[in-house]
Amino acid sequence: MRFQFVAGEVAAGLRRNTTMVVAVILVTFVSLTFVGAAALLQTQIGKLKDDWYDLVQVSVFLCPTGSMMPTCASGEATAAQVDAVRDVIDTELSDEVEAVYLETKADAFEAFTERYPNGYQGTQLTEDDMQASLRLDLADPEQFAVVSDVLTGRDGVELVEDQRAVFEPLFRTLNVATLLAAGLAGVMLLAAVLLITTTIRLSAVSRRKETEIMRLVGASNLFVQLPFLLEGAIAAVTGALLAGLGLWLAVRFLVADWLERSVDWVAYVDAADVLTVAPFLVLVAVALAAVSSVVTLNRYTRI
Amino acid sequence: MPGRSRFLGVGRHLWGVHVIRFENVSKVYTRGARPALEDVSVDVQRGEFVFLVGASGSGKSTFLSLVLREQRPTRGGIYVAGRDVARLSAWRVPKLRRELGVVFQDFRLLQNKTVYENVAFALKVIGKPRSAVRDTVPEILDLVGLSGKEKRMPTELSGGEQQRAAIARAIVNRPQILLADEPTGNLDPTTSLGIMRLLDRINSTGTTVVMATHDDEIVNEMRRRVVELSDGVVVRDEASGVYGERESILPEVRRSSVLGTASGVPRRAATGRRKPLPVRVPTHGEA
Repeated sequence: MRFQFVAGEVAAGLRRNTTMVVAVILVTFVSLTFVGAAALLQTQIGKLKDDWYDLVQVSVFLCPTGSMMPTCASGEATAAQVDAVRDVIDTELSDEVEAVYLETKADAFEAFTERYPNGYQGTQLTEDDMQASLRLDLADPEQFAVVSDVLTGRDGVELVEDQRAVFEPLFRTLNVATLLAAGLAGVMLLAAVLLITTTIRLSAVSRRKETEIMRLVGASNLFVQLPFLLEGAIAAVTGALLAGLGLWLAVRFLVADWLERSVDWVAYVDAADVLTVAPFLVLVAVALAAVSSVVTLNRYTRI
Repeated sequence: MPGRSRFLGVGRHLWGVHVIRFENVSKVYTRGARPALEDVSVDVQRGEFVFLVGASGSGKSTFLSLVLREQRPTRGGIYVAGRDVARLSAWRVPKLRRELGVVFQDFRLLQNKTVYENVAFALKVIGKPRSAVRDTVPEILDLVGLSGKEKRMPTELSGGEQQRAAIARAIVNRPQILLADEPTGNLDPTTSLGIMRLLDRINSTGTTVVMATHDDEIVNEMRRRVVELSDGVVVRDEASGVYGERESILPEVRRSSVLGTASGVPRRAATGRRKPLPVRVPTHGEA
């Protein structure tokens, strides 16, 4: 009886307030989509860092033939020059550098062919187009500046490059996008709270006679307020589910079908990540509804 | 009885006789303003029928809302159905209200529900099982004389019938006390009489009835206990009373709480009583 009664009240409330309920659903949908997008962007950044930071090292590019750098005046780096550089690394940078290995032109070509078996953008390259380099694993990737200071300008060294730096603009962009999404999400969440508050208030006022009778005949507080709580919660959770669905569709069609096909060497967020984010969106929705309800109901359905 | 131990803490009164007890109750709405009730002490015994009379603003509504614990008194003790209402915590209020039925001048029926649904509503919202609702509601509708009109909407009923439906809703959970706030205020004299007969019948089954009214004819006819309030003070409390001087109750005539100018009916002022114990009024028949 209790359950049936509450369910009936909730249904009646949702019907009576359709426009407001739809508004709540839409606002929570949009706001939580932004929350979810921010979360997915951060997941994406995490994935990229996981994938790349382990792979990337400091590359000490050795002089190829025809380099314009002053340290390469003597032409392609000689074995003696390479050994000298390795000596410096072993002595002066023994704390910073964990491991050193030489990527010869042959190694570089092999790695290249593996990645682009059909040539790079239609051009078939040869081993001679590759550049030899020393690859350094740093004990602490943050120590790049020290390594760079020591090695730059040595004979036979064309360029010292922190490969992580290649990704920094990308990460910066993704972080800015995250902030943007989070900011929009914040504004929309505020709008959602206000809207849910108004909706519950409208619902409570339109059913004031009922609630008045309910408290006079001794219905418990919970019983009086539960239908309103559930109304707000149902609308908000519907919005959250829509947001989850929207994100899933975006990942499915934008990321999986389009991005992955055009840029295929990157690990992307996938449906599983959306599934991880979705429960949190629902939780946020429930929290929103709960906060709004507590604020409103204590004022409008007080015993 | 769950409220017994709490009530016994009050001491010196045998629980079971009084269903409503006001001990030197004052209620001040805004600091510095004239109190809505001032030092009111009233005992209502189980099974009594009490008229609460007085001009508008004399404190009748405050009295009823204090019984309902819609608000707390500023000073004094209130005991209703064995509960210390002044100190009752909010979450216990619903239990108190289940011992009380309330009827209003404007009926307050839910317009979108039938008579049956209106009465059933009161049981559903306190979680009564469906079978209990099915059994009780027709019985009560029969008692108030509305059998055959279960499916009518409130708008399809006369004023008197609407009030009967409202009374049915108030008593369907068999409360100890029925509070009626000018239940005949919107009704013509004949219809009012019917409602009074109904309230009398409900009273005769053991339900205590407290009725605030302006209807002097009814009060004079029924000859029940009359408690008169004026400016928040009990100025008269007598068994088998009459309504009193109409002029003295009308709001135009301001009177001090010290009486003596009023003529006609005997009066007993509540103020100036040395003990908080009000004069015990003999009841009629039951007790």
